[in-house]
Amino acid sequence: MISFEKSKAVDQMETVVQTVAENMMRPVTRHLDENEGEIPWDYISFMHTALKQMGAASLVPEPEGNGASEKGEKKEKRASQSYQLMAHSIEWLSWGDAGMYLCTPRGGLGSAAVEASGTPEQKKKFLARLNGDKPVLTAMAITEAQAGSDNSAIQCRAVLDEKTKEWVLNGEKIFITAGLKAFEDTDGFIVVWATLDPEAGRAGIRSFVVEAGTPGAIITKKEHKLGIRVSDTVTLTLEDCRVPYENMLGSPEIEKSTKGFKGAMQTFNVTRPLVAASGLGVARAALEELKSMLEERGVEIRYGLPRQKLTNIEREIIDMERMLRSSWLLTIKAVWMSDNKKPNAKEAAMSKLHAGDVVTKITQRAVEIMGPLGFSREFLLEKWFRDAKINDIYEGTGQINRLIAARQILGYSGKELR
Amino acid sequence: MYGFEPNEEQQMLIDVVRRYAEKDMRDAHRDAEEEGEVPKALIEKGWELGILQASVPADYGGFGERSAVTSVLAAEELAFGDLAIALAVMAPGLFALPILLVGSEEQKKNYLPGIVEGEWQPCTAALIEYEFDFDANELSTTAKEEGDEYVLSGEKRYVPYAADAEAMIIYANLDGVTQGFIVEKSTDGLTVGERDMTLGVHALPLYGLHLDNVRVPKANRLGGAEGHDFIHILNSMRVANAALSVGLARASYEYANEYAKDREVLGSMIAQKQSIAFMIAENGTEIEANRLLTWEAAWQLDEGIEEVDKSAYLAEVGAADMVMQVTDSGVQILGGHGYIREHPVELWMRNGRSMAMLTGLAMV
Repeated sequence: MISFEKSKAVDQMETVVQTVAENMMRPVTRHLDENEGEIPWDYISFMHTALKQMGAASLVPEPEGNGASEKGEKKEKRASQSYQLMAHSIEWLSWGDAGMYLCTPRGGLGSAAVEASGTPEQKKKFLARLNGDKPVLTAMAITEAQAGSDNSAIQCRAVLDEKTKEWVLNGEKIFITAGLKAFEDTDGFIVVWATLDPEAGRAGIRSFVVEAGTPGAIITKKEHKLGIRVSDTVTLTLEDCRVPYENMLGSPEIEKSTKGFKGAMQTFNVTRPLVAASGLGVARAALEELKSMLEERGVEIRYGLPRQKLTNIEREIIDMERMLRSSWLLTIKAVWMSDNKKPNAKEAAMSKLHAGDVVTKITQRAVEIMGPLGFSREFLLEKWFRDAKINDIYEGTGQINRLIAARQILGYSGKELR
Repeated sequence: MYGFEPNEEQQMLIDVVRRYAEKDMRDAHRDAEEEGEVPKALIEKGWELGILQASVPADYGGFGERSAVTSVLAAEELAFGDLAIALAVMAPGLFALPILLVGSEEQKKNYLPGIVEGEWQPCTAALIEYEFDFDANELSTTAKEEGDEYVLSGEKRYVPYAADAEAMIIYANLDGVTQGFIVEKSTDGLTVGERDMTLGVHALPLYGLHLDNVRVPKANRLGGAEGHDFIHILNSMRVANAALSVGLARASYEYANEYAKDREVLGSMIAQKQSIAFMIAENGTEIEANRLLTWEAAWQLDEGIEEVDKSAYLAEVGAADMVMQVTDSGVQILGGHGYIREHPVELWMRNGRSMAMLTGLAMV
């Protein structure tokens, strides 16, 4: 069936999240941007309590069929809406403040990785802490100085100490989103990607849960960024960092295959549309503000006219609205596919590359159209312009996502289209 | 709940229309373009797919109910085959659908069975006027009330099959609003002019129309004495235009993709080069994005959601941009070969440019 009707669940969720975005995020958004390093504890604590009451284990729903819990089998009968709900919430939270959204507790990429590739025992062990009295964040450490989009080139080593049955991790991980909040500010964990054998490429790569306070793991750098400043981005240095054997995600039996790596890459099919949703929240914020600023200044936007009769500003706004809406529909379709367990590597990449373009263009044009007002820190347009850009970079740059989409369209392997 | 998959019935329709598009239309489209005519048998075969007939309820001779979503799915497939032939097959809808949507009970009973029960016939509509800033909501052709009649005067262009049409709907400006009037063949004052010479859709016969005090009975005003709200017709035209753009873009896109995978330059296929692969990724994304915009607008049409006035407009202008970009890429990817009429991409590029000005030549 083809339908664009929001479900009741989505409607209700949006009402709640809108309230949070309007009342808890917007009033502090400028202050937090100007005071890098300040932690929005009010928001974090509120979201922790609220999500706990809703019974949501984390913002990331459990992918069914993976690890085959009894719960998963029951859910099988009715198509889930989890990712659709998440996309709508993330869009609204990012409309409030994209950096603050990244500080949302009980979730983050770390728990997503555990959900996606952990065994039932690992899920139980590591996700339990999300449900405690105090808020907890988690993070994921993939990128290294020499391994960004090419994450099969990572050099961080994991060696098994046969005597103690511990994994010994060595290396340096950069650009970890919310790493500080996961590792020092709360009692969370960081999922670290490391290789068992640098010669083995993808086949050697595994992910390991490094819990807050583990000796040998130290946050060594805090980045200062263009935007999303309230969300910390850090470097994690691992020096003979020992983690228990069972902290390696997934089953140890699959060693010497690329299944582990592929599993990890598949989580991108889930997370890319969610990043798109976040970007589109920023884009909507900027477009709404731009339209209201223009309206206050007596500029009317006339819809339905032939283009030859429109002013340049009208053409721009109409174009932005069209881009934003079509990008949102790409995103909703991609998460709908996740919910309905349809393979969506192509759609996920498309939603992400499109949203990355759209949020970048809309925020850039919004600043330009408002001229000196757009450039001023008195308004939020310049902030959204800065916040926007990350959406065309993280979770795969626009270019990597073009490569992935093109491979899917043309039926090429990674080797055939580099 | 959201849904992004055609239902079983819609899928069956897509499949039969696609077979017609891939086989019958593609076999004939180049000759049709060069000769400036769509063979009658080909139109008849397309008509027999029953797309319009399925939009009209049994009370008026059809066998279904109008669904803009279903029609949009069919329109995309038709345009994937060929735009001119698609417009030819869909032409009777230009006359029947406005009557179905906003016509009076009497008009529906009088006209609809005659169209949907028989063979394809050249019924049509006249909307477009020859001005650079043509605006369907501010027509130069006027309608004046005189006694029991309306008197129409003005000039129309790009009227499909005007020379052969038994009846047509003529849109005119009545006290500042656009209204449609049912006008029968050989009404006094109605003259069909020269065939229009255009950049694209050469196979589709388009004509100019001269209206010199054309008198039509009041009962022929679309919707009866009270008339109608033209926006419902315009929305349907916009959504149809967007769907055709998506289908046309897909034709060029798929053709160029296959070519790129088969064309070797400097040691690899051109599809394996990022400059081409990125173009393909972007075009594929834009086609899908605009398809979803079109579907959403069509769904809003079916659900009677007011937002459609804006959505249909955004879908129309968005798809017009998209189809130009994608069909241009099609020629660019084929390079010099794309410029030669042996390949269809140049035809699709010319038709691609037409979408921005041909709203009013199809409805869903």
